[in-house]
Amino acid sequence: MSGNPYQEDRGNKDATITNTHGAGTMQPAHRKSGPTKKVEGDSPFLIGDCMTGGYGKGPDILHDCTIAVNPGEIAVIVGPNGAGKSTAMKAVFGMLNVRSGSVRLDGEDITQLTPQDRVVKGMGFVPQTSNIFTSMTVEENLEMGAFIRTDDFSNTMEQVYHLFPILKEKRNQPAGELSGGQRQQVAVGRALMTQPKVLMLDEPTAGVSPIVMDELFDRIIEVARTGLPILMVEQNAKQALEIADKGYVLVQGRNAYTGTGQELLADPEVRKSFLGG
Amino acid sequence: MELLNALVAFTNFVGVPAIAYGSQLAIGALGVTLVYSVLRFSNFAHGDTMAFGTMVTILVTWLFQGAGISFGPLPTALLALPFGIAVTMGLVLFTDRTVYRFYREQKAKPVVFVMVSLGVMFMMNGLVRFIIGPGDQRFADGERFIISARDFKKMTGLDEGLAIKTSQGITVVTAIIVVALLFWFLNKTRTGKSMRAYSDNEDLALLSGINPERVVMYTWLIVATLATIAGVLYGLDKSFKPFTYFQLLLPIFASAIVGGLGSPIGAIAGGFIIAFSEVTITYAWKKVATYVLPETMAPDGLVQLLSTDYKFAVSFAILIIVLLFKPTGIFKGKSV
Ligand SMILES: Nc1ncnc2c1ncn2[C@@H]1O[C@H](COP(=O)(O)OP(=O)(O)O)[C@@H](O)[C@H]1O
Ligand SMILES: [Mg+2]
Repeated sequence: MSGNPYQEDRGNKDATITNTHGAGTMQPAHRKSGPTKKVEGDSPFLIGDCMTGGYGKGPDILHDCTIAVNPGEIAVIVGPNGAGKSTAMKAVFGMLNVRSGSVRLDGEDITQLTPQDRVVKGMGFVPQTSNIFTSMTVEENLEMGAFIRTDDFSNTMEQVYHLFPILKEKRNQPAGELSGGQRQQVAVGRALMTQPKVLMLDEPTAGVSPIVMDELFDRIIEVARTGLPILMVEQNAKQALEIADKGYVLVQGRNAYTGTGQELLADPEVRKSFLGG
Repeated sequence: MELLNALVAFTNFVGVPAIAYGSQLAIGALGVTLVYSVLRFSNFAHGDTMAFGTMVTILVTWLFQGAGISFGPLPTALLALPFGIAVTMGLVLFTDRTVYRFYREQKAKPVVFVMVSLGVMFMMNGLVRFIIGPGDQRFADGERFIISARDFKKMTGLDEGLAIKTSQGITVVTAIIVVALLFWFLNKTRTGKSMRAYSDNEDLALLSGINPERVVMYTWLIVATLATIAGVLYGLDKSFKPFTYFQLLLPIFASAIVGGLGSPIGAIAGGFIIAFSEVTITYAWKKVATYVLPETMAPDGLVQLLSTDYKFAVSFAILIIVLLFKPTGIFKGKSV
């Protein structure tokens, strides 16, 4: 697989001696955080700049890929399946090896930081899959979101419950028992608990009904209105670009088109290839 | 009267010993289940961790006895227990640093960890035998009985006596305290919840800023505590012998799996199921039967289903039955 003999299980699937439930899949670029540098000059609030890299020792998935977002904005990444949208998000979060390029947050080069330290720096991330603690209650999920906070976070929890009232109702229920839409709300709520300075969402509307999707989009806009920059991957390209201040079309790990949401929606090339005419 | 005698005999020879043994298995199985949940492998070194903790406790007990320190009617070993726990914590943390951590950094597959734990098992096994020897050690002192059979007979006027050993009383009380503390810790404290979160979803735990190395460290500390307590309680109740502790691995794993690997409640339930099965199947029922059955039907033999030499067959059989028919265990664990 990756050429590492320790990662070879020789087909053993015996769950009485091995437990693969919830095992980690991330291959962080750095096990220990390196130094950060102040960067001079004008730069977006969060930017993954000219990122090239892939998983482990595998081939490059991203090629000179750039994504960025500014305060008060929603930036949307769209593109076909397997284009590397999730991979780009992970790269920005330090969850995979970026061979060249850099990630900057708020005028600071954070390329050398571990994912954990990026959380501390104010980045919140909702992964595409396995984005809640299924065996824990809704409230415990939110508490874990606030794990790095040492101050009183009950206010933030109230804000999350205000944003997603259904979660307050289900606060003592295991998150794994909730419906798809409610799970996504838990996932976003968990990420909001750190009071992040930037929020990254990977397909927050995956697998939910159109009505729930509209509802989720409304909530996301509500969050963005508070000034929190949101970087989001979306399958529903048309709808997402409509609310996007900035849009990126990714194809095979490269930036194919970049522009404001409206520009992309109006671009005949983009319409033809990605928006179904 | 006959029925009462039968009941007392049953309680004396089956009920009380099985409850004590079940508590010991439960505490042992909790340790196994914790490692399985958080570190994601079955720790074959658990029996020998118990042996190591017990050995240290015995050595400190001897030291105390030599210095004339005693705990009144309670065994001196209880005073020595915190020292045993502390040294065992040191050993497992040392093992983690020098052995397991390397494999974590390699993101090794769980089955590799299982094999590694086998190696650790042999090392610990050798270490214990090297220090205290392979022989039998008895270290229980203080009052032997809470209630002796003779006192019980005098009190009640029954033919049958009911003896409750101090070690059995201590075992049950300790088990209740340990289990209550553990559940409180896992469900109510920030650290405990972070352990559950890590067990549930490692990646997301990392993204929440939970430090995996911390979680692993706390897990080992708790496991060392549980292992030492289980080992000392077993040793007080029976005796300490390195090989016996190694063999305890089977009923302990059976308990954890029967209850549902990864489920703490399951570990406790499993412990009692295994203990009761083992004791009832290897108990000679002649006495109880004689009281209950009419005289004409009184049994000639011992009415023992299985000789005590085969007690491990019981755990093994239950283990196989559970794996065949309900592989996730009673309290839906994670094994499939
Ligand atoms: N954990 C992984 N290890 C190796 N390759 C991966 C991994 N995850 C995704 N890939 C590969 O990276 C490419 C891009 O995947 P992804 O970023 O998930 O696409 P998208 O999110 O745009 O659908 C795919 O070819 C996929 O096979
Ligand atoms: Mg994706």
